[in-house]
Amino acid sequence: MKFDLLIINGKLIDPAFGFSKKGDIGIKDGKIEKIYAPGKLTPKVISTFPKESILDANGAVVTPGLVDIHVHLREPGREDEETVVSGCESAAAGGFTSLCCMPNTQPAIDNQETVKFVTSLAENADCRVYCIGAITKNREGKELSEIGDLVKAGIVAISDDGDYVQNPDLMRRALEYARMFDLPVITHAEDEFLAAGGVMNESFQSTKLGMPGTPAVAEEIAVIRDIKLAGLTDSRLHVAHVSTVGGVEAIRRGKAEGVKVTAEAAPHHFTLTDDLIAERFDTNLRVNPPLRTEADRQAIIEGLIDGTIDCIATDHAPHTEEEKDTVFDEAPPGIIGLETSLGLAITELVGKGYLSLPDMLAKMSANPAHIMGLTSNKLQEGEIADLTIFNPDAAWIVKEKKFKSKCKNSPFVERKLKGKILVTIMNGRVTFRAK
Amino acid sequence: MKLSSRHLLQLEGVPKKDLELILDSAVSFREILDRPIKKVPPLRGKTVVNVFYEPSTRTRISFDLAEKRLSADTISFSASASSVKKGESLKDTVRNIEAMKIDMVVVRHRSPGVPYYLTQCLDANIINAGDGTHEHPTQGLLDIFTIRQKYKRIKGLRVLLVGDIKHSRVARSNIWGLKTLGASVAICGPTTLLPYEAERFGIDIYTDINEAMEGVDVVNILRIQLERQKAGLFPSQREYTNLFGISRERLKRLNKNFTIMHPGPMNRGVEITNDVADGPASVILDQVTNGQAVRMAVLYLLSGVDERDSSEDSE
Repeated sequence: MKFDLLIINGKLIDPAFGFSKKGDIGIKDGKIEKIYAPGKLTPKVISTFPKESILDANGAVVTPGLVDIHVHLREPGREDEETVVSGCESAAAGGFTSLCCMPNTQPAIDNQETVKFVTSLAENADCRVYCIGAITKNREGKELSEIGDLVKAGIVAISDDGDYVQNPDLMRRALEYARMFDLPVITHAEDEFLAAGGVMNESFQSTKLGMPGTPAVAEEIAVIRDIKLAGLTDSRLHVAHVSTVGGVEAIRRGKAEGVKVTAEAAPHHFTLTDDLIAERFDTNLRVNPPLRTEADRQAIIEGLIDGTIDCIATDHAPHTEEEKDTVFDEAPPGIIGLETSLGLAITELVGKGYLSLPDMLAKMSANPAHIMGLTSNKLQEGEIADLTIFNPDAAWIVKEKKFKSKCKNSPFVERKLKGKILVTIMNGRVTFRAK
Repeated sequence: MKLSSRHLLQLEGVPKKDLELILDSAVSFREILDRPIKKVPPLRGKTVVNVFYEPSTRTRISFDLAEKRLSADTISFSASASSVKKGESLKDTVRNIEAMKIDMVVVRHRSPGVPYYLTQCLDANIINAGDGTHEHPTQGLLDIFTIRQKYKRIKGLRVLLVGDIKHSRVARSNIWGLKTLGASVAICGPTTLLPYEAERFGIDIYTDINEAMEGVDVVNILRIQLERQKAGLFPSQREYTNLFGISRERLKRLNKNFTIMHPGPMNRGVEITNDVADGPASVILDQVTNGQAVRMAVLYLLSGVDERDSSEDSE
């Protein structure tokens, strides 16, 4: 038997099927050609394979490639912040083999040409890229985009992310129309009147700092409205980056009532709180939705544990050093997240006993892939070889210089994390290998 | 004696001994202001830049005079007549100024945290002269100094702040400073102008002015801005005056020997009536005079000038 790659001694975890076992994997022509039970491949047999094709995963986990359904690639329009290629490089370094990019580019991804442009740029990149189309033309919240056309071009969902569709009737029509294509509608749940120009969470911290605050109810009301509309229209709603106690509760209630609602949480929302802002006015703590209180953080973790929150998505939002090197309220909101996501999930969720490793992995691969209807990569012979190999016990320190993203706007620089990506394989090709 | 920080960014977290050192030092500077020649040499050879990104009359003049009276060289800079208009960033602007070899920066800006940001960009000592709705520490100190001047103490006094607390940097600095020094602080205003979770400051909160004034020693009245009404935070100035305006009639609920304060500028007839503003209990003009003494004390203590050197200078 000849393989392009042979992964030996790995602990294989497929969260979709719930198995966890030792084994060796032979990859050929971009597919998983053979999975061997431990001991089947003797050292003698292994020695017959060319050395450069062997990846020793001893002590590491081999799992289907991670999937991030909330990424800002910035191209077209802000190539100084990120390009499709650099974003994919960053994704590969974070263990991702598939990502979905948000349409708030310039111009917005609201037409076939822009979808084709982005996907063509991704053809030879280090990650599979799926486009999310805009709900409304130019994301203006006025008229529906040509959603059917966008579906033909290959989009996997629609969203005006960055903005909430403020008009409830328009949102209703978007959900109804998207149902024709079984397309999830992703909501950036934030009532703009209640948010009222807030730059951080409305809390005692915003009171102390004299910063305009966005109240939690701005999210909660928006989530509740959209769940009601999804129920009314029997459509698929996905709540992006839920950040509040009330938001999690509304989703929990929606699911219990049988509404087709799914949700994601961002690593920074289950790791950080707004207390940090007062320490150093760090613009890398400015995100939207904002960092909330400890009670909100706990609610996110609770939601991840009980399945109210289906998946983890980074909301990777690169901004240049020039943009972030200013005072807090003038800095654009957003942080990068692709390269710290797995480490944060292992450190904060698995390490602290909230989720098992397979459950956490399900929230970073099988579940997000299922929500977006992506080809679910499985650890089975004949499947596409999209794989992530990581050491769950290895500790590392986040270094600004090592980021592959064009931007370095992360509040986690110099933070010690557990869980290190060793190798990422997409379509049988090594797209990242730790040095 | 030295302050524990080389900057004055806020009163939150400033230790009691630092507050007392500033207030004690201000006493001697206040005396200087009553002399025929109001100039002393401690900051001779030092250069202070006043960077004002927001319009200001009294704070700017007060700092400017305080600096001049300490014999510092001063430069004032306003954003409206500078390269900021040409799009230069705050960081580049201040770094250019620092490259001209300056020692201290007094800064006012509409964004909270700007003074802290400048400490990350510059080596100079930074003094916050108001950062958005965050803090205005020298105003807080001058208010506290004025109260202490009259009562000879802060501990145990009951101080009430009335008005737009939500958008007031003066209120925040007063609350932190007064609480550190042992006063009991209360706030009163329309619920729409009270900040979220304000009770976590450890203060009393009122929306009924008559109730709030019961047994209070000091009332510090904050300005009400018309633009807040336009933003829908209260229905009309008329209603505000009826519910929260401080008139002579309402003063009888206060303790004897009460004090009326206002950081200015005042809207006479809106938050305060003429007879209260100009009445015998008003220390509003004292606040302005004391502002200079407090700012001289802050500039002096932060400058790092050795006490012995400055006393030699004085000789």
